[in-house]
Amino acid sequence: MTLIGRGLALLGLILSPSAYAEWQVNLMPGVTEISRAVYDLHMTIFWICVAIGVVVFGIMLYSIINHRKSRGAKAHNFHENTLVEIIWTIVPFFILIGMAVPATATLIKMYDKGEAELDIQVTGFQWKWRYHYLGEDIDFFSSLSTPREQIANESEKGEHYLLEVDNPLVIPVGKKVRLLLTSNDVIHSWWVPGLAVKKDAIPGFINEAWTVVTEPGIYRGQCAELCGKDHGFMPIVVDVRSEEDYKLWLAEMKQAKAQASDAATQDWTLADLMEKGEEVYNRTCAACHQVTGEGIPGAFPALKNNPIMVAEPSAHIDVVLNGKAGTAMQAFRDQLDAVELAAVITYERNAWGNNSGDLVTPAQISKLKQ
Amino acid sequence: MGTLEQTVETEEHHGPARGITRWLYTTNHKDIGTMYLWFSLIMFLLGGCMALSIRAELFQPGLQLMAPNFFNQMTTMHGLIMVFGAVMPAFVGLANWMVPLMIGAPDMALPRMNNWSFWILPFAFSMMVSTLFMEGGAPNFGWTFYAPLSTTYAPPSVTFFIFAVHMMGISSIMGAINIIATILNLRAPGMTMMKLPLFVWTWLITAFLLIAVMPVLAGVVTMMLMDIHFGTSFFNAAGGGDPVLFQHVFWFFGHPEVYIMILPAFGIVSQIIPTFARKKLFGYASMVYATASIAFLSFIVWAHHMFTVGMPLAGELFFMFSTMLIAVPTGVKVFNWVATMFRGSMTFETPMLFALAFVVLFTIGGFSGLMLAIAPADFQYHDTYFVVAHFHYVLVPGAVFSIMAGVYYWLPKWTGNMYHEGMGKLHFWLSFIGVNITFFPMHFVGLAGMPRRIPDYALQFADFNAVASVGAFIFGLSQLLLVYNVIQCIRVKRHTTAQVWEGAEGLEWTVPSPAPYHTFAQPPLVK
Repeated sequence: MTLIGRGLALLGLILSPSAYAEWQVNLMPGVTEISRAVYDLHMTIFWICVAIGVVVFGIMLYSIINHRKSRGAKAHNFHENTLVEIIWTIVPFFILIGMAVPATATLIKMYDKGEAELDIQVTGFQWKWRYHYLGEDIDFFSSLSTPREQIANESEKGEHYLLEVDNPLVIPVGKKVRLLLTSNDVIHSWWVPGLAVKKDAIPGFINEAWTVVTEPGIYRGQCAELCGKDHGFMPIVVDVRSEEDYKLWLAEMKQAKAQASDAATQDWTLADLMEKGEEVYNRTCAACHQVTGEGIPGAFPALKNNPIMVAEPSAHIDVVLNGKAGTAMQAFRDQLDAVELAAVITYERNAWGNNSGDLVTPAQISKLKQ
Repeated sequence: MGTLEQTVETEEHHGPARGITRWLYTTNHKDIGTMYLWFSLIMFLLGGCMALSIRAELFQPGLQLMAPNFFNQMTTMHGLIMVFGAVMPAFVGLANWMVPLMIGAPDMALPRMNNWSFWILPFAFSMMVSTLFMEGGAPNFGWTFYAPLSTTYAPPSVTFFIFAVHMMGISSIMGAINIIATILNLRAPGMTMMKLPLFVWTWLITAFLLIAVMPVLAGVVTMMLMDIHFGTSFFNAAGGGDPVLFQHVFWFFGHPEVYIMILPAFGIVSQIIPTFARKKLFGYASMVYATASIAFLSFIVWAHHMFTVGMPLAGELFFMFSTMLIAVPTGVKVFNWVATMFRGSMTFETPMLFALAFVVLFTIGGFSGLMLAIAPADFQYHDTYFVVAHFHYVLVPGAVFSIMAGVYYWLPKWTGNMYHEGMGKLHFWLSFIGVNITFFPMHFVGLAGMPRRIPDYALQFADFNAVASVGAFIFGLSQLLLVYNVIQCIRVKRHTTAQVWEGAEGLEWTVPSPAPYHTFAQPPLVK
């Protein structure tokens, strides 16, 4: 392509709204009473700022046009006026009070600590979310489901690129849902713009947020606090369903859990575990240790040619289950089920030339997890 | 008395030393000011290259040029270099050059310490930049370095970062002490406090802010150091520590810090607008009081950076109200500048253009700041590109434009030559257009829901990001014109007068251009 051709293509890219573009310029009003209140507040303050801007910049522009030397303007001599100065100190003060009143009202509404109908514990991990439905025995992880090829520009990006997860948070419509937020490692922030909920998930703290969504649908958000390498790759998807659909989903989740514990008691071959293990590894471990098992020097250790991988398995199993204190290595005991743990450990012990030949069974892991 | 006058006489013929030792050993405020300014320009270009690498990666969705970890190193280093390496040393450089000239002092009060304050900086920044080449890479936790990401989860180079910050802090504190000592002790006879030029006033207040908060920064990085190497748990929840404490301490430094980067800018603009409006600054006394009020308020608003950490309602309300209050003195300043222009006799040379752009674009940044102060709305803005747009509006067309305005304004005084007005204007217009194309669309993507500090983004943000990246390259490349203009002004002999600007007032315009190596050996009498 010639330079001009490239320039034109660039221009075209800038000027033409591409297929997926939205040119969205403002906040969304959202789907909760709170989010709409926030939107109204935002617009009110925005228009007040615009009005002040028009007056101030208007006077400035008027002076720039009319009081210029080239037009023969002679400089006047005044340089203070106590009355004017008092006025422009007092008037903004009252405008601010006008803003503070609705802002305070909205904030008080947000801090309503009344009981909720559903409590969900949300835990931030580098770089996924864990949702634990208190009292329901439902507990799962939610991580990015956008394929690596799309991020690496090797395949076409999907509609919800980077805003899609394997297991969304499912909540019932019209019910008050309380979120209890904390973190397993660094500080994250749970943010869904459509619900106007943004609250930090901080290790050692439990923060509270709540929402009542009025319309069923899928609402997307992202982690909003820099939490390390893959901060940009830990989205949040909230799937708001009708009461019946929510009940149905609860039943499905419980059934799936029963099936998983059945699978742990079955016999697994090395080939099956390797296949499953590769899938689990690429989803869970590859962000740090890399698909090649080579890690990132100075940040994340290599697993390839790592002596722990070929020595006696118990040390390896211990690190995976319980993590390594003081490092980014998490405890995967609760993040993965017995089959997944067994598969991924087996995979790591036999992939990339780590030919230990060891097979770690789900039964072994189940025993350790108890 | 006779002997004193004789000494003074010989001093006047005493020129700079020859060769490199002139710069290494100098205690001359003009030499040190010059070194600060060149240092700051180099850091501005280096930090700018990092910004351009960020914008290049963000030109399109997907990862093209760098891995996410390196992207985080770029955002972190860009922030640290621009704040501590570009903006702050530029203001100290301007203070070194101009404060003695404006108050009729022969030099800074503590000239040897002045030398040391400067010479610490190249070492501090060499150490910080060298972390880019270390195993594990440079700091990657953002310029705000929130624990525990910056402690338990940090790359090993964090220790070098901590010591670099310590050195920068020592340099800033010594610079601040020097400026306070100079202003309080070395004013010419008759130069009462309420006759001080506004640039001097704003720097005096800034220096007090620096002394108050740089030790807090030193404290917080030392606590990090203890957590990392000595097994303490200040910020480690697992050991009974508190990650939120880090943020409180950091922002107790951090908020006054942002005013450290804007108060001297107010001072510069308050010098330039009256000169080119040919009319005295409107409301001088209220400008001084407004600056002092802003400085005071800066100590009681820090937690507005932390509205989402889960503070109780009363805390949110206190910090919301106190933050909103800042709009009052800031408004007073803007109104005073506009009133100074009103019924003046304006011309629009390059310094004035930068100053006018400052007033408009800083005010836009002020408006978005007011919006961010509203806690419930901040829950939607916090940590999005709306915040990025806000602080770049107050820092780039705010602080940086004021520095450029100051450089064009005083360059003829420093070099004795006029810069090329046409090239200056070209630099202004390209910067003005570039800065707005870069940062205005960031308001939009922020409101649409794009978090900050992400190397890749969802498709609905693609178009505005492409626009912002194009703007960034326009802005970045046009800074080469600044370098060209400065070098031209030094080399091309376009002699100028002592007065330089028709409407300029103040002691700095009574000395010849270029300002001799030693000025005001005999203090002038200010009426």
